[in-house]
Amino acid sequence: MSTHAASGHGDNYINHSKGIWSWLSTLDHKRIGIMYLFTILVFFLLGGIFAILIRLELMSPGQTLMSANTYNQVFTYHGTIMVFMVIIPLIPAAIGNFVLPMMIGAKDVAFPRLNLASYYVFIAGAMLAASTLFLKGVDTGWTFYAPYSIRTNTSAIFVLAGAFVMGFSSIFTGLNFIVTIHKLRAPGVTWGSLPLLLWALYATSIVQLLATPVIAITLFLLMMERLLQIGIFDPALGGDPVLFQHFFWFYSHPAVYIMVLPGMGVISELIPVFSRKTIFGYKAIAAATFGIALVAFIVWGHHMFVSGQSEFANFVFSLLTMFVAVPTGVKVFSWAGTMFKGSIRLDTPMLYALGFLFVFTIGGLTGVFLATLAVNIHLTDTYFVVAHFHYVMVGGTIMAFMGGFHYWFPKFFGKMYSESSAKISFWLIFLGFNVTFFPQFIAGAQGMPRRYYDYLPEFTTLNQISTYGSWMISLGFLFSAFYLGRALMSGPKAGDNPWGAKTLEWQSPSPPPMENFHQTPVVNEGFYEYR
Amino acid sequence: MGEKALLGTLPLVGTDIAKNWDALYIFLFWLSVFFFVLVMGILGYAVLKHRASKGHKSAYIHGNVPLEVIWTVVPTVLLLIIFWWGYAVYKDMITAPSDAMEIRVVGKQWMWNFYYDDGRTTTGDLFVPVNKPVKLIMSSEDVLHSFFIPNFRVKQDTVPGMYTTVWFEAAVTGMHQIYCAEYCGTAHSGMLGRLIALNAEDWKAWKAEKKIDLTKYGITDGVAISSAAASGDAKPTAKLTSVAEQGKKLMQLKGCVACHSDDGSARIGPTYKGAFGRQVEFVDGTKTTADENYLRESIENPTAKVVKGFNPVMPTYKGQLTEEETNALIAYIKSLK
Repeated sequence: MSTHAASGHGDNYINHSKGIWSWLSTLDHKRIGIMYLFTILVFFLLGGIFAILIRLELMSPGQTLMSANTYNQVFTYHGTIMVFMVIIPLIPAAIGNFVLPMMIGAKDVAFPRLNLASYYVFIAGAMLAASTLFLKGVDTGWTFYAPYSIRTNTSAIFVLAGAFVMGFSSIFTGLNFIVTIHKLRAPGVTWGSLPLLLWALYATSIVQLLATPVIAITLFLLMMERLLQIGIFDPALGGDPVLFQHFFWFYSHPAVYIMVLPGMGVISELIPVFSRKTIFGYKAIAAATFGIALVAFIVWGHHMFVSGQSEFANFVFSLLTMFVAVPTGVKVFSWAGTMFKGSIRLDTPMLYALGFLFVFTIGGLTGVFLATLAVNIHLTDTYFVVAHFHYVMVGGTIMAFMGGFHYWFPKFFGKMYSESSAKISFWLIFLGFNVTFFPQFIAGAQGMPRRYYDYLPEFTTLNQISTYGSWMISLGFLFSAFYLGRALMSGPKAGDNPWGAKTLEWQSPSPPPMENFHQTPVVNEGFYEYR
Repeated sequence: MGEKALLGTLPLVGTDIAKNWDALYIFLFWLSVFFFVLVMGILGYAVLKHRASKGHKSAYIHGNVPLEVIWTVVPTVLLLIIFWWGYAVYKDMITAPSDAMEIRVVGKQWMWNFYYDDGRTTTGDLFVPVNKPVKLIMSSEDVLHSFFIPNFRVKQDTVPGMYTTVWFEAAVTGMHQIYCAEYCGTAHSGMLGRLIALNAEDWKAWKAEKKIDLTKYGITDGVAISSAAASGDAKPTAKLTSVAEQGKKLMQLKGCVACHSDDGSARIGPTYKGAFGRQVEFVDGTKTTADENYLRESIENPTAKVVKGFNPVMPTYKGQLTEEETNALIAYIKSLK
């Protein structure tokens, strides 16, 4: 196969103009999406390196590799990078940017300049945060709890400023998506037939718009507290450290859904395509998406059952949190219903969708443990919580992203990857993930607290298994980078619609031309009408 | 008691509440296994039987309303039951019996300090009698910490500037691990402690500052103790001063007695006698029951709530008292019934 396979399609968004500047100054949503994609993948590698360092240090009790202070910085960077620089932007800003306008048959997002601005704001925030690697580091954990974050002599302020700035990028993207979905739908793309990924991105955007300002204000207050000793969060100055937790989780709990909803949206696309069957319960899934987004705002206190908040608050937050499980369950059952009596093909995107269902179901069920008031008291701040949110975050977002990336890869680049390599990689990641994180449920239930540099000898075996698993995951991702890189360079040409999917982006050539479609796409039938 | 449930994946059962906790956890565990197997079973069946490669043609189904109603309603009902069960156990976890023995706990980077009523203090090791309810009144000197005993299934953050409590009734003698569960900096993972639940006889001996043999509790490395007379092999030293006594002395030292009496008579400020646990009415008409956190606020931020009939003239003592001194003052007020 020629290395210029894409040229066979004539003019497309990749070869339309040449040179690095044509990319850096582009207003094309596809190019911006691809820039986001590669940028975030670099951060993912960085966050992954910190993860490996954590697991290496925990390979045995006592000092293994680094000092306690270094370890505290390593887990802080791992968390901060993965949350703010990878999982929050990954699906909306990379896949969403590319796919959303195409799915509604539009030429671009509503505000292309704002879209590019969001990218540079993101880079600026990320650079601010990353600059601390060359200063005094940061050791607060990604949660920045006061008063520790006020007292630490590390460069916490730059990380706070970085997260503050990156928030604006998130707001810009959310705003852009909402307006785009409202205003730029092609004829025939109605609200009642909108692809479920778009419902998910729409709900996510609303959460981004409403919740992100709260974290911005909170981080700003924390910076001011550090600089000017105002006395908002520091009890030594008359402040209230529990107030910080309320502010922080008022954003950071909805943020969990900013991370997970887009992943659920991707899964809702993959399962019908690879089951050749129409989605089961379209309206229920769309409604559940909004149900989750709504409940997201009123359950933040479940992070604080042992913080010293009142018994009444604990009662209310535990009760409300239970209702997260209902729409989540509806989605999982609906996906299973979609597959049932389908005509299933196990291509790589579908394998990731199945991996998602396996991992995310465990994440969801262990969420019920944590929502249960008494059970939470023992499990909170232990490795049980670490395992739970990795099952939700990695299961919900990374598995869905990998599925989506393999699904749209031929659309993005007009090339196809090696299916057998992709399958090997999937199994390494999927098995490695479970080997890494399942033992952490047990360690946590037995009482091993999180953010521990050192642990009692009784936890050694479980930690070692976890570390071996982390090597498997790493191998899986490195191998993915290898075969996807090779496909990019010299992969065989992909067809315009290799999966036989019905959403509009597949009506365009691969890779798509500038302005997406040669002629305005026609909606002949529903996007999930497989017969 | 004393066993480890679910094939040892849970810690030892050290209290009655831990037993109830385990019952709830094990229920959730099997319920989760059921739903997980159900979902994976459907997926597995579909993947095996409804494969395109086996020539299976897909059915044309948009949904099934009765089925969708069932999988919305059944989980909702189950979740409400789980919520209520969780709340019931939690309620027991946080409601200490009124006769519970009180011990003050101060967390600081990176150690646990324990203050017993009789004036003894220990660091790292907490001595309690078995089968007696114990209530810990906890605070922090610097950043957040969290007091965690897995065997008792209890955990509570300690917050600077505020009291939080935890209670338990050890049902198993011996050593129970204490952890700090809220990240607190460099030696967070080294901020460990041991709760040593003594049998009645040894508790009596410990109270009387007599030598006790700790090897039967699995303690062989001696006991890390800061104060006199606390460990098994230490000799009794100077006579102990109870926490309340220490508070009384401090009252004179810090000038509190100029404005507050201990005999029920009002001076410039309210009397200490009977102050704890009393309904207090403030100048703005609101009321509260005087507890540890109220007394603490009255010392550190006296004008925040001014008792009806008095003037906001007291200066703040914030930053002028150590955590131990604040605890002692409050213990003294509590002793004046």
